[in-house]
This record gives sequence, C-alpha cells and structure tokens, in this order.
Amino acid sequence: MKIVAMSGSKIGTKTSTAMKYTMKTIKNTYPHVGVTFMDLAEYDVQFSDGRHYLDYEGDTKYVTQLIMEADAIIIGTPIFQASIPATLKNIFDLLPVNAFLDKVVSMLVTAGSPKHYLVLEQQLKPILTYMKAQIVPSYVFIEEQDFYQKEIINDDVRFRVDRLVEDTIVLTETYTAIREKKEAEYFF
Amino acid sequence: METYRIDRRKGMEFGIYTLGDHLPNPKTAERISAQERIHEIIEFAKLAEQAGIDFFSVGESHQEYFATQAHAVVLAAIAQATEKIKLASSSTIISTSDPVRVYENFATIDLISKGRAEIVAGRASRIGLFDLLGYDVHDYEALFEEKFELLLKINREKIVNWHGEFRAPLNSAEVLPRPKNDSMPIWRAVGGSSASAIKAGYAGVPMFLAHLGGPATSFKRSIDAYREAANKSGHDSSKLPVATAGFFYAAETSQQALREMYPHINEGMKLTNGQGFPKQHFAQGADPHNVMNIGSPQQIIEKILYQHELFGHQRYIAQIDFGGVPFDRLKKNIEIIGAEILPAIKKYTAEK
Repeated sequence: MKIVAMSGSKIGTKTSTAMKYTMKTIKNTYPHVGVTFMDLAEYDVQFSDGRHYLDYEGDTKYVTQLIMEADAIIIGTPIFQASIPATLKNIFDLLPVNAFLDKVVSMLVTAGSPKHYLVLEQQLKPILTYMKAQIVPSYVFIEEQDFYQKEIINDDVRFRVDRLVEDTIVLTETYTAIREKKEAEYFF
Repeated sequence: METYRIDRRKGMEFGIYTLGDHLPNPKTAERISAQERIHEIIEFAKLAEQAGIDFFSVGESHQEYFATQAHAVVLAAIAQATEKIKLASSSTIISTSDPVRVYENFATIDLISKGRAEIVAGRASRIGLFDLLGYDVHDYEALFEEKFELLLKINREKIVNWHGEFRAPLNSAEVLPRPKNDSMPIWRAVGGSSASAIKAGYAGVPMFLAHLGGPATSFKRSIDAYREAANKSGHDSSKLPVATAGFFYAAETSQQALREMYPHINEGMKLTNGQGFPKQHFAQGADPHNVMNIGSPQQIIEKILYQHELFGHQRYIAQIDFGGVPFDRLKKNIEIIGAEILPAIKKYTAEK
C-alpha cells in the first residue's frame, strides 16, 4: 500500500505540523505501509494549463505522478477566506478527471475559526467525489488553540488523527479487497 | 459525397486505423523493435487490402511508446505496397506542422497510390510535440484553426494568396505536386466533445469521430450537433461524410474477445496515459449498445449495423492493434473481418 500525506499550503505551520504528526502515527503503528510526506510549500508547482499531467516537467510532474501512483491520499489543508487554498485547488486542476478512481482520500483541516467547520464538507468533498475518490467520511478539524510551539497539545486531536489514519488504512485495504474480488469475477 | 470519394451504393466503408503505438505485449513484457513494428504496420495494411477492407490509416504521436512520428513516410511505403485500399493519416497534427509541407507530402502519397490518399487533421491529445517542434502550447487552438484553414485553402485553390499569424505569408504560391484529381479528401479529427464536432460542421468538412467506449447514443449527439452546425452555416450535411473510429476485436465468443483484448488496452493505456481502463467499464463494452466493437463476429455485425442506423455514417474505422497485440492475432481479426463481417455489413448498408 502506498500512501501520500500532503500538506496543501504554501504558508503557515499548523497544517504541516499536523501532517508530520500524522506521518509519525503511520510509521509507528503501520510500519509495513509505504508513506511519503509531501509539503507543497517545498515544491515549485506551476499552475495548470490544461495539459496531461505526464506532459509537465520538474516538481509539477513529480507531485502529480506521486499522487497518481498512490493507493491512498491524506490531504491536510488550512482554510483561507472560507475556502481551500489555491495551492491545493491547483493540484486538482493538474490531474485528470478520474484521478482518484480506486483511491481512498481522507482529510485533515486546520482553521483559525470554528466557523470554517463545514468548508471541507461543502467544498472539498464535492471535488473529491467528482474525481471518483472513495472518501473517508469523517475528517479531523483542528483549531489554533490545539497547537503550541509547533506541537499538537490537545489529546483529543491526537486521538482523532490516530483514528483518521486507522480508517484510511482499513478502508484502503477493504476497497482493494472488494475490487480484487470483483475483478476476479470477470471472465477476462 | 463524390468529392470525398464515397460511393453509397457500395455500402458503408470499413477501415482500420493504427496510432502507430509501440508498446510491449503485456503477456510477455517484450517489445518488438521499431523496425519490426513499422514493417508489421505495412504488412497489416497489405493484409487488410487483401481482405477487401476499404481504408487504412496511420497516426502521428510524438511521445514515448510510439513509432510512426513520420506517419507520411510510413503511408508512402504502404502506398507502394498496395493497390486499391484508401490511405490516410489518423491523424496529422496540423497545428505543429507547416500545411504546405503536409500538403506536398500527402499529394505525393496520392500520386504514388494513384489517387487513394486522404488527410485527417487533428489537434493532438497530448502536447509534448509543441516543445519538440518549437511551438507554444498556449496557441493550441489558434494554431490548429489557422493551419487547418490554410490546408483546406491549398486543397481548394491552385494559386494561394494567404497571410496569417503563425506562418510566413503566401503570395501567388503554387503548392506542388497537385493530387491526382487536383484535390483530396480532408477530414477534421474530433474527440469526445460536441464543441469540436460543431467546429467541423461550421467548416463544412467531413468528420472523423474517435470514441473510446460508452453508449453509442452519446456519440450520436456529437454527430447530430455536427450536421446541425453544417446546415446552419450553409453547407449540405447530406453531402458530408462521417467516420467513426474506435476499439475493435473479434474472437469466437465475446468472452474470448474481452479476455484477449483487455490486457493490451489496460496495460497500454497505463504506459501511454498513466491510468488503465477500468474492468467494469470494459465489461460493459460487450453490451449491444456500447460503441466498442468487441465480441463474436455476429455480435459485432449487429453492433455495427445498430451504430449505422443510429449515426448514418459512411465509414467505420477499427482500432485493433493497440497495446502490443501479437501479429498472428491481428491476422486472425482481418480474416474474420474479410470472411464474415465485411460481407454482412456491405449487404445491409449498400444503397440501391
């Protein structure tokens, strides 16, 4: 199983802090799972111009190919202006329409205000559905007060991230098993 | 239809197209050399002619896993090796070529083949060739529209006066040689969207409509939109031929056909496109109303006749060789087409 854990913002530290904790959980609890951390702040990804993702070069090609080759993707994102950052939306724009077919996608969000709680429900989930993802229904919502000096200090957040990781892995294994069983039923 | 060398009394034309892909056989993971692949394509065309198939075309793709970038050269070799089969590109990427050179090449192929050449001009589904050939991908649409228009003009007029944005002007230019009958059929390649079909209609040029899979009725919408646009802009759509092109594979039973074809399409698409073909969708390809012509000879005959009734098209073009299909299986398919499918289709579609 290949998982990509992505931090979907160019600025700020909360999302990448939360994603680093997520990475640690995966590595400690599921050592057999291959996981790659991708902080979009560290890559120079160009804006989508409509071409096929394999026709890009450099970081843009690296980032899109890594996502396309994953079995599961954990998206970490902040909320800016009551929406997902352009940095993250651009990743979706770079990929083909059915990019998340046969992939599990789960979400973690950091926000400056509890008023942003439904942004993922109303903005990110429809995009993922359109792109054919199997979505992990519950996401983790983390606020400013849950962090202190680049550490998660709220145990409840830790527990919820641990459950998100478990759900992501269990669902990926389950959907893979279902698909393999179903494909074996075809006579070709 | 005569302008486009289509004789309805002979029934719907049946053709074969290859993208010129050069992919490993997924079963053995081995890939023949580019030399072998090109010779196989030439041999494929010869066998198609012997089986009575009307048309054979070769595509241009400038990316990894393809071997017929110089498709006009391959077509010239086929022209020399055959006597009556019609020959075309599928397609020529006119956006990144000089229409004068394209016309010179294809007029020459028309002379070598004694009047059998046609051009299908497309926009490219992938854009690597823009960098390779020195064009700006931001001009994707404008390049195609301008160069396609010039290509049509060269076909219509012996002395060309033209100026545009992407090429030096032509002042009383004579593009030589002329094709055998002074002009040749030029088609517009159209992919999935109706928008592109509508553009072909506005221009009043024949449409070469490619389809992967899905219900035939979805493609009917593009064909209707094409004819409506043609009529609206003063052309007579009843004089404009339509060709459809897509996956084809015949075997004794539909199960065998699906089993033999699937790995080629799935693995081939993974290598060229990054994503395979979902099994669930492929299984639906066997449905009588699905546009993929994969199944037993009788099932394929029924499907093609159903599509003909729906589309009223003049030419169906089969893609059989995608993804490293071994040559003996291509041969077997041509035998089935010649012996069973072609006679039935001609019989039911010939206009009296």
